Amino acid sequence: MAILVIAEHDNKQLRPGVTNTIAAAVKMGGDITVLVAGKQCADAAQAAAKIAGVAKVLLCEAPHYEGALAENIAALVLSIAGQYTHIVAPASGFGKNFMPRVAALLDVQQISDISAVESADTFVRPIYAGNALATVQSKDKIKVVTVRATGFDAAGAAAVAAPVENLAPVADSGLSKFIGQELSKSDRPELTAARIIVSGGRGMGSGENFKLLEALADKLGAAVGASRAAVDSGFVPNDYQVGQTGKIVAPDLYIAVGISGAIQHLAGMKDSKVIIAINKDPEAPIFAVANYWLVEDLFKAVPEFTRELSA
Amino acid sequence: MKVLVTAKRVIDPYVKVRVKSDGSGVETANIKMTMNPFCEIAVEQAVRMKEAGVVSEIVVVSIGAQQCQETLRTAMAMGADRGILVETADEVQPLAVAKALKAIVDKEQPKLVIMGKQAIDDDCNQSGQMLAALLGWPQAAFISNIAVNGDGAEVTREIDGGLEKLSIRLPAVVTTDLRLNEPRYVTLPNIMKAKKKPLEIIKPDALGVDMSPRLTTLKVQEPAKRGAGVKVADVKELVSKLKNEARVI
Repeated sequence: MAILVIAEHDNKQLRPGVTNTIAAAVKMGGDITVLVAGKQCADAAQAAAKIAGVAKVLLCEAPHYEGALAENIAALVLSIAGQYTHIVAPASGFGKNFMPRVAALLDVQQISDISAVESADTFVRPIYAGNALATVQSKDKIKVVTVRATGFDAAGAAAVAAPVENLAPVADSGLSKFIGQELSKSDRPELTAARIIVSGGRGMGSGENFKLLEALADKLGAAVGASRAAVDSGFVPNDYQVGQTGKIVAPDLYIAVGISGAIQHLAGMKDSKVIIAINKDPEAPIFAVANYWLVEDLFKAVPEFTRELSA
Repeated sequence: MKVLVTAKRVIDPYVKVRVKSDGSGVETANIKMTMNPFCEIAVEQAVRMKEAGVVSEIVVVSIGAQQCQETLRTAMAMGADRGILVETADEVQPLAVAKALKAIVDKEQPKLVIMGKQAIDDDCNQSGQMLAALLGWPQAAFISNIAVNGDGAEVTREIDGGLEKLSIRLPAVVTTDLRLNEPRYVTLPNIMKAKKKPLEIIKPDALGVDMSPRLTTLKVQEPAKRGAGVKVADVKELVSKLKNEARVI
């Protein structure tokens, strides 16, 4: 058994979720090699070497790995895939993009977004927006798996750092070209890494009103999220979206404000440790998953909440 | 140019699914079915590109049971020109979908394939990327914008931290994210017109691809329920509970 984990990083640091993905790989059982591919990403490779359970890190640097184009990352993974029984990546925007390409070219049915490992070939994954959990067994020779980070506790630090070896790049496919990224700038924590999240829904009424949530979030050191309805209504960008088709989060505290609780939103947050919901509709379905709920107009409750925390 | 779009028939996303008592799957009998929302966005995109004069013909493909004909008729009422149904009663997993679509693409030779980023039933998020890989084509997954210029396209992708711009060569496969467009409602005259549009039905055997499932579903269960919560009277009580009971702030 030999497992290859493909690390997501910004060249300097590993992205949140990589340590959880490695923890999932540990449960599959076998020697774990982590692949860090990018443009000048040696720092990220050093960080990967210090995670418990990692036996070796492969560092592959080339200009055409900037932006982690699916065609190029998949080709690189395929160049070494034959040495492994499992190929594993986070089920983030990064992993979702290139992993099916790897699976198809290996003639393997990928197992997406696993939330538990039963054995080396059997995994649990949520379906229907998390309203059902399927236990699936793979008959393929190589298991290609993406991991839901919130399903696994992060791996700890290693006592001794694993060796880092260089891996030769594969030539640029030339099929697509990275032009650039526009990242949302924020001093707040990232949604998938935050301990506390304050999320707004259609009830916020406008993007301008999200300032109320931002003030509360800043008081709590929280990230700001949103429901699909708020994104659909154009209040906030899509990278705020928590839900079946957005980000899956499980913070210590999730504060849902003006969110009714559509199935697809609950799919993204119902594994949070403590959920509170503020909604003026006493029948809002979000209350069914909330530990504490308050039936009140959010425009009154949220500023009061912020003031109460300063008191 | 010719565009191929795909349309999957799924349980309506607003229906609360129930797990079957024998743990073999979810209840699908007498449940409202609809076109997968991301597929609707894909069809809408193709229709808008045709209206803008960029696209000359739209072929829509569905894979599944006989009732998928309804899904194809809906896509044709939105503006697709003709439909192809790969009819099978068996479970079809994403790798098999990609193989079947590759066989159809080889025959139809579209310059662009537009697919939904994920189906809201199995939540796999694989088929588009797999098809691109099997064809050796570039891919742009989770797009919120596309502009075709000659033999290439500029696309904007939704990524975890914001947006990403790529330039891709055509032919290519793209998959749709939420903000690409807002699908139109179909009108009665267009539903009538769609009934006359050609719909070809083919069997998987005719495509010459192995579509057998690779994953075995051992069981399907309900997720653990959360314990009942507490209603609080006001913000003061809420903050006090968070500090003293839940101890999360």
